[in-house]
Amino acid sequence: MARYVAGRFAGIVVILFLVCLFTFVIFFTLSPDPALMICGKTCTPERIDQIRGVLGLDQPYFTQFWTFLTAIFVGRDYGSGANLIHCAAPCLGYSFQTNQSVWEMVVDRLPVSATVAIGAAVLWLLIGILAGLLSAVKEGTWWDRTAMGLALGGSSIPNYVLALALQYVLVVWLQILPFPSAVSFSDGPVLWFQSYLMPWVVLATGYACLYARLTRANVIDTLAENFMRTARAKGLPPMLTMRRHALRPALTPIATIFGMDFAALLGGALITETVFGLNGVGKMAADSIAKNDQPVIMAVTLLAAFFVVVGNLVVDLVYTTLDPRVRITAK
Amino acid sequence: MSDLLVVEDLTVTFPTTRGPVDVVKDVCFTVGSDETVGIVGESGSGKSMTSLAIMGLLPRGAVTRGSIRLDGTELLGRGDKDMRRIRGNQVSMVFQDPLSSLNPYYTVGLQIEEVYRAHKGRSRKAARKVAIEALEQVGLPDPERRVDYYPHQFSGGQRQRVMIAMALVCSPALLIADEPTTALDVTVQAQILRLLADLRRESGTGMVFITHDLAVISSIATRVLVMCRGEQVEYGTAEQVFSDPRHDYTRMLLDSVPRIDDSPIDEVMS
Amino acid sequence: MTTTTVLPAAGAPVAPATSARRVAGALLHDWAAVLSTAFLVLILLMAICAPLISAITGHGPNDFDSAAIDTDLGGLPRGSLGGISADHLLGVEPQNGRDILARIAYGARVSLLIAAAATALTTLLGVVLGMLAGFYQGWVDQVISRIMDFLMAFPALIFMIAILSSLPTGNRSVLLVVVISVFGWPYLARVVRGQTLTLVNREFVEAARVSGASTGVLVFREILPNLRSSLIVMTTLAVPGYVGTEAGLSFLGVGVTPPTPSWGQMISSSVGWYAVDPMYFAVPGAFLFCTVLSLTVLGDRLRAAFDAGEAS
Repeated sequence: MARYVAGRFAGIVVILFLVCLFTFVIFFTLSPDPALMICGKTCTPERIDQIRGVLGLDQPYFTQFWTFLTAIFVGRDYGSGANLIHCAAPCLGYSFQTNQSVWEMVVDRLPVSATVAIGAAVLWLLIGILAGLLSAVKEGTWWDRTAMGLALGGSSIPNYVLALALQYVLVVWLQILPFPSAVSFSDGPVLWFQSYLMPWVVLATGYACLYARLTRANVIDTLAENFMRTARAKGLPPMLTMRRHALRPALTPIATIFGMDFAALLGGALITETVFGLNGVGKMAADSIAKNDQPVIMAVTLLAAFFVVVGNLVVDLVYTTLDPRVRITAK
Repeated sequence: MSDLLVVEDLTVTFPTTRGPVDVVKDVCFTVGSDETVGIVGESGSGKSMTSLAIMGLLPRGAVTRGSIRLDGTELLGRGDKDMRRIRGNQVSMVFQDPLSSLNPYYTVGLQIEEVYRAHKGRSRKAARKVAIEALEQVGLPDPERRVDYYPHQFSGGQRQRVMIAMALVCSPALLIADEPTTALDVTVQAQILRLLADLRRESGTGMVFITHDLAVISSIATRVLVMCRGEQVEYGTAEQVFSDPRHDYTRMLLDSVPRIDDSPIDEVMS
Repeated sequence: MTTTTVLPAAGAPVAPATSARRVAGALLHDWAAVLSTAFLVLILLMAICAPLISAITGHGPNDFDSAAIDTDLGGLPRGSLGGISADHLLGVEPQNGRDILARIAYGARVSLLIAAAATALTTLLGVVLGMLAGFYQGWVDQVISRIMDFLMAFPALIFMIAILSSLPTGNRSVLLVVVISVFGWPYLARVVRGQTLTLVNREFVEAARVSGASTGVLVFREILPNLRSSLIVMTTLAVPGYVGTEAGLSFLGVGVTPPTPSWGQMISSSVGWYAVDPMYFAVPGAFLFCTVLSLTVLGDRLRAAFDAGEAS
């Protein structure tokens, strides 16, 4: 087991390294010279050289990449002498746009993305799994057909279209919600809840529809299993039969899919955050891309990849405890 | 020997797109409280449907007519709640494929315990003790440890032993074994057959043994019912049916299997 | 019962009869599938006949119509419902009065073309690489599988946006197709690889191999035909995904460059106007939604039809 985890960790390190390298090479070869951008309109060749020196842009690619990597673990120094700025580990550099520490920016915005992701996840798990379960139990009835029709429809709405439609109906037309704005919990729980409600609903809709369909299919498959016939032949109460024998086999695969989806969302719900103006990692990504802010782009890409690969590992480890067949063979 | 199970004119009808189809038609047989009745037939002959009808586990939409009496009480037309008290308790069942018939997510101990607890209402601890005893009874070595194993950790024959332990844990009056040896290796088949016969004799349970294999039935059953396409084509004592088959279909079945007159399982009958 | 017919041996493998006619028949009896197909045909016709539509209505996709908007109201379309009138059937854009119907029709060309091209390229990459991995196994499989792991661990959306925004604005449509396909093929290849792995060890492939069939024959005669139904279903279900991805990327401003219209881009430019002119996002939004839905329904029913064929 320990060897397995160690092997997986090595794999994660390799993948993250490759993501870093890939992102670095592409951006630093394709993007316009950051020194020119920082320098702005009143620019002199001397000033450009100075900026390049401070940022290390005069170094060869490989050295720059190495400095970037090591900075994450040991920090790095920018400039020299009186202008020396120390960037403590984990150092992801400074934004070309705002001169803020990228690490601090990430730490600042991660809670917003986490709030969006957690709220949406609670919603979609509740609605998706319940609707899927009901549909499976009432397979072929009008409820099943209606719910599955809605689920197909719901998973076909692009979330920005849903976001605009919801905003129009709830904010402009019916006026039951305030105009969306970034509100922190300390500004009052009600206002906070109201400001996050639409992002949650928008993000959860697609997933809820997907999970409803997955749950239904899995439960129907499980109900047809031979061990369900055994459970009935044993004279167990129907609720116990359902809860113990049907739900666990049916929901275990969904738990793994959920782990992956949730991990991906922690890296930022790009469109939802942008549409609702929520200052999360996703919006940070969109903004940095629009302004070609390379250190920030590097950071958000790396962060998102980190969540995906770590989420992958967590899912695999959790799966070994959820499914006994995997648990034993993994050893 | 009193009549434990009396099935009279049992008919099971399924609605299909082409109108109702009788999958079981006017089947009559009796199982004594201390004997084995074999039901033989090819796949699709209605033998499994007959057993599911006794358990009250027919698929939704199936219509039953006739009468199934267990110890003199009518089972047909009973509500699901009533039938639940009978299933696993007074009548229990062993299925063909033990791997898929056991839930892979739970230990065999839990799966045995839950039957006992559902019907006898005992504590987890008491049920665990009973489960270990049941595993020991079916000849599983080291039952204290194996009670916490998962189904995939057993061999095919061992899994079927677990299924038998599970079926007998509440000391039912009737055991229905639906092709219990079909999915097993030939050598293991003989062991399981002997185990079933021994346990049945020790506990005085009546048994319905369903199979397509005449060699198996000849060794274990006292009475035989031959089914073909839902209909009962022959019914009598094992000797009668095998030595003097009245019906063409039985004769055809008998001809299609090589008789193994001195197979080791014949010892079971003696 | 006196007849003693010998019943056919149970469990004898029968080749799955997934004939095109049976699948088509199943779909024809499904109103949702028929409706979806009808809508898709309509969109396809709209895309093909976009110049014709412009000629008939007299509005090109980039023609400004100052008569249709009210400069006193900040450029809002005249009339209710976003300026829907006999002249402009689906209304006009605020501020410049471009005809929405014409832009939808031309936008359909962009969306469908990109989605179709991305699907084709993804399928090609996925089938070739998936079959290579499954057929040759060993180090070939190792290399391809690791690349797939890597690509699937990549934050694809962020990366797509980042690449597209930093690449020179050459031919954006081609770039979109390439970028979408590069990140999309592993999902198909994974399935193809798995199926090929099991097929390679099946008796009929073994038999063909033993009887001296060449690799080409094995791949094209024995394996590929058996992947057909899952490929059809997977590609049908991929198209709506790519329609959505293209629209999403255009919505985020990294898709096709204006003035070329695209549905996502139209929705994107309507964000500032949604409160005062809801029709501006509702029309392209509805077209996008219905197209994605139709494609999804069709893929879903196609899968059901194929599954039913395999079960029988």
